[in-house]
Amino acid sequence: MIRLENLSKHFASSIAVDGVSMEVAEGEVCVLLGPSGCGKTTTMKMINRLIEPSSGKVFIDGRDTSSVDVVELRRSIGYVIQQIGLFPNKTIEDNICIVPDLLGKDRKASRRRAAELLEMVNLDPAIFSKRYPKELSGGQQQRVGVIRALAADPPVLLMDEPFGAIDPINREVIQDEFMKLQASLKKTVIFVSHDIDEAVKMASNVAIFRSGKLVQYDTPDNLLAHPADSFVADFVGTDRTLKRLRLISVRDAMTADPPRVRAEDPAELATALMREHDHASIVMVGPRGRARGYVRRDTTEGRAEPISELFEKLPCMINVNDNLRNAVSMMFTNDLSWLPCVDDDGFYKGYITQQGITHLLGATYRDI
Amino acid sequence: MMGKPAWAMISRLCRWLSMVAIFALGILAHSSGLTASVAEYWGDIRYLSIQHLELTAISGAMAIVIGIPLGVLLARGKLGFMGPIIAQIVNLGTTIPTLAILALAMTVLGLGSPPALFGLTVLTILPIMLNTIAGLRSIPPALIEAARGMGMTNGQILMKVELPNAMFVILAGIRTALAINIGTVPLAFLIGGGGLGELIFTGIDLMDTGMLLAGAIPTALLAILVDIAASQVQFWLVPRGINPLR
Repeated sequence: MIRLENLSKHFASSIAVDGVSMEVAEGEVCVLLGPSGCGKTTTMKMINRLIEPSSGKVFIDGRDTSSVDVVELRRSIGYVIQQIGLFPNKTIEDNICIVPDLLGKDRKASRRRAAELLEMVNLDPAIFSKRYPKELSGGQQQRVGVIRALAADPPVLLMDEPFGAIDPINREVIQDEFMKLQASLKKTVIFVSHDIDEAVKMASNVAIFRSGKLVQYDTPDNLLAHPADSFVADFVGTDRTLKRLRLISVRDAMTADPPRVRAEDPAELATALMREHDHASIVMVGPRGRARGYVRRDTTEGRAEPISELFEKLPCMINVNDNLRNAVSMMFTNDLSWLPCVDDDGFYKGYITQQGITHLLGATYRDI
Repeated sequence: MMGKPAWAMISRLCRWLSMVAIFALGILAHSSGLTASVAEYWGDIRYLSIQHLELTAISGAMAIVIGIPLGVLLARGKLGFMGPIIAQIVNLGTTIPTLAILALAMTVLGLGSPPALFGLTVLTILPIMLNTIAGLRSIPPALIEAARGMGMTNGQILMKVELPNAMFVILAGIRTALAINIGTVPLAFLIGGGGLGELIFTGIDLMDTGMLLAGAIPTALLAILVDIAASQVQFWLVPRGINPLR
């Protein structure tokens, strides 16, 4: 979708971007990451030609951008900046519709679209459409900044540290909202950031820059597991393995299809199952397979009554779609070494252990 | 350049001072039986007030038409080395006493309203131009970057982003300019330009206080009315999002 070919930018006394080549596939979020002055913003601005490249080419959808009229090019690319840049003299609605209006689209249709977009970021159009930017909080303004870039439905979105100036709590919320929006709109996004956590959270691929050069272009998990050099390793942080926890879902880490018992089963069956799998406890499920409780091996050993008289309540369960970071946090909070994993309807799907997680994370390092 | 609050304060102060002056004059006029002698000139007052306003309207309009584009060009730095020179020339227009400008204009353009309009225009350009420059410079660069990044042409950035967002400050300049202009129009009489100066100066020459006041009071009233009208324009024309008055 977007291809950079040997892209360079030389300023009078310095080289800002030096021979960058990369490709971003359609619907992906590519985060350009690096310390300030590394050339990531310059690279992004060469895509919509706010900065003209010294050499090299940019292709969008196979079309050389230098052959397209620059105004037409920019109108076909959504653009979000850190300072938001809403026009204070225009209402929120008119701000959102700037590009559709420039393109001469039907006013009523674009105003309707603006209201839809406002709803998508949890701003009530009845309240916000006619307000002015100064009447909104910073977080609300940047939500408008993002949907303004989406109003003309451009296939490509450029975002220059869009959430950098927003407080940490709101930033998380807006990031989540944007991911939800992106999941349904599937834009091709180039996202400049200096925050590794943000990159790991949002990116399909991360491009790490250092003094104008692209040093590693990889998936977040690979980046964290196998940094290309010591600069990347330093940049992603010494706790990079912990950061990977967020990238792995419980579903991928759990032991699926585990042994289970029903309430009416006798204790001997539970003991036998636990002995067979070498477990210290086993989950009890309801008639249709929902996780209801668990029994310990030292409780059932030598007993014969039904499980329903011996089971204990499960202190907590984790959803299979959750990530390992939350799973580990839940284990630490409840002083547990394992967690039962359930789906959205509460059906028992598997279990996850501290040892299993350690093993999984360690495996990628042992491979090399 | 003074800030917006300072301008607002000065214009408010001017308005109050004129009010007090009018009241004082009114009391004086009444106690000395001048009201009746002023009323004698009603026909002249009407005719000359219209002429007075015409001079202000034409010279004000010319100053706006010249001052705003000049301010835009200077703020952009598009004029290169000519920029500072032009700014200095405009500055001189305000520094040289108005009477001197009128006299100089008269030597070239002769008697009547053309030299008067020329002098008034020169006098009025500076505040409009300076406020245009200040208004444009106060626009955050991020707005321009966002506009450019969304695909606005330079002309669209000027018309849709820069000028609307500088409008409040530009209008403040126009308001100041009109206040100065209307108070200076009486001098136009000295080179045959007409206006209420005719009553004022003739009244001084004839030591006729009634005639003098028949010129001075309407001049003061016109200044106040024009300022009120300008402030209303400023209030209603500038959108709520950037209007500190609303």
